[in-house]
Amino acid sequence: MKELILIIIAGALINNVVLNQFLGICSFLGVSRQIKPSLCLGGAVIFVITIASAVANLLYTFLLEPFGLDYMKTIVFILIIAALVQIVEMFLKKTSPTLYKSLGIYLPLITTNCAVLGVALTNVQNGYDFWQSVFAGFGTAVGYTLAIVLLAGIRSRIREEDIPKPFRGAPVVLIAAALMSIAFMGFSGITW
Amino acid sequence: MNKKMNPSLERLYNGIIKENPTLVLMLGMCPTLAVSTQAFNGIGMGLSTTAVLILSNLVISLLRKVIPDEVRLPAYIVIVASLVTVTELLIQGFLPSVYDALGIYIPLIVVNCIILGRAEAYANKHTPWLSVMDGLGMGLGFTLALTLAGIVRELLGSGTVFGFQVLPESVPPIGIFAQPPGAFLVIAFFVAIMNAIGIKTRQRKLVESDGCDGGCAACQTPCEKKPAKGGENA
Repeated sequence: MKELILIIIAGALINNVVLNQFLGICSFLGVSRQIKPSLCLGGAVIFVITIASAVANLLYTFLLEPFGLDYMKTIVFILIIAALVQIVEMFLKKTSPTLYKSLGIYLPLITTNCAVLGVALTNVQNGYDFWQSVFAGFGTAVGYTLAIVLLAGIRSRIREEDIPKPFRGAPVVLIAAALMSIAFMGFSGITW
Repeated sequence: MNKKMNPSLERLYNGIIKENPTLVLMLGMCPTLAVSTQAFNGIGMGLSTTAVLILSNLVISLLRKVIPDEVRLPAYIVIVASLVTVTELLIQGFLPSVYDALGIYIPLIVVNCIILGRAEAYANKHTPWLSVMDGLGMGLGFTLALTLAGIVRELLGSGTVFGFQVLPESVPPIGIFAQPPGAFLVIAFFVAIMNAIGIKTRQRKLVESDGCDGGCAACQTPCEKKPAKGGENA
């Protein structure tokens, strides 16, 4: 149990997926304009990454590995993720139209979020079992949500500031991300 | 833009400078930030991506009349994933040191927005030859940006360039540039320099027009006023 909690903390804070491993940068920079959409995207990402980690782990252990198809994992995983996102979308549309509406376009976008594929591949690389994969996925996704919501908060302040012209737009956001990344490096000192 | 330019050369120029995928279009930021710790890694990643990009543009352009419009994105993803797997196995077999250095970012070329972006924006509308040139130009532009970022980070972070000691030993390296925050800082300054010398990024144009962000998300996210440009939902 302690090990699983450590996996979550490591995924969310110490090896933050965005600020430390640079996965999911596109949506991190693109969607973080306001806090509310960022939260929605974060929720959708938590949902999809957790399920995708579980399904990817099951498929890998029961299908790819026994048949020596290890090299097919990239293709299989990306197809699982695409299919999964589609299923989640249809499921939400039927069962909870309000949630579906609030997630809107962010749901299908998750397919191309490299964090999802990245987590599935890292889990295989680390040789995680089923529960470890699920918890690693969940922790990573929480870290993603944390980072994107924090950046959205920072950006809502930056917008009012008088920034030198060349730095407006992307550069200042990247600098804010750099400062966040420095702050998150502090977590790597935490050991048990 | 020189209108008399040979169309293939025009594609190269477009990819390397005018629409440089990393610095102007702000696509494919994940690998740019992640593998630019050293100049050599930048070249390795850039050339792997270029190879995949050229081949995927070629295949998609050849199949553009065969693939039905409704299922084109899943089809593209499968094509790209297959090419990436081939590339990964080749690198693993022939360049094990590059494979170790790039690690998980090689399979992640699949979700590099540059590749799907070019497939959607160019290869499925143009002839195979021009698509190959487009892939080559975009790939070289990406390699150039990655290598430049790698050189700057390696020089500041450890005082070397391509592994050779450049700064004298007496100059202490600035460790932060070899760490993750350095990646954000270096790319931020690159984009700022591009802005300052007047190469407008797409990001800026969009910010000025309707407050929509750049990044891959820009080609996917519907900004409030604009319809989404070819959603990436597969």
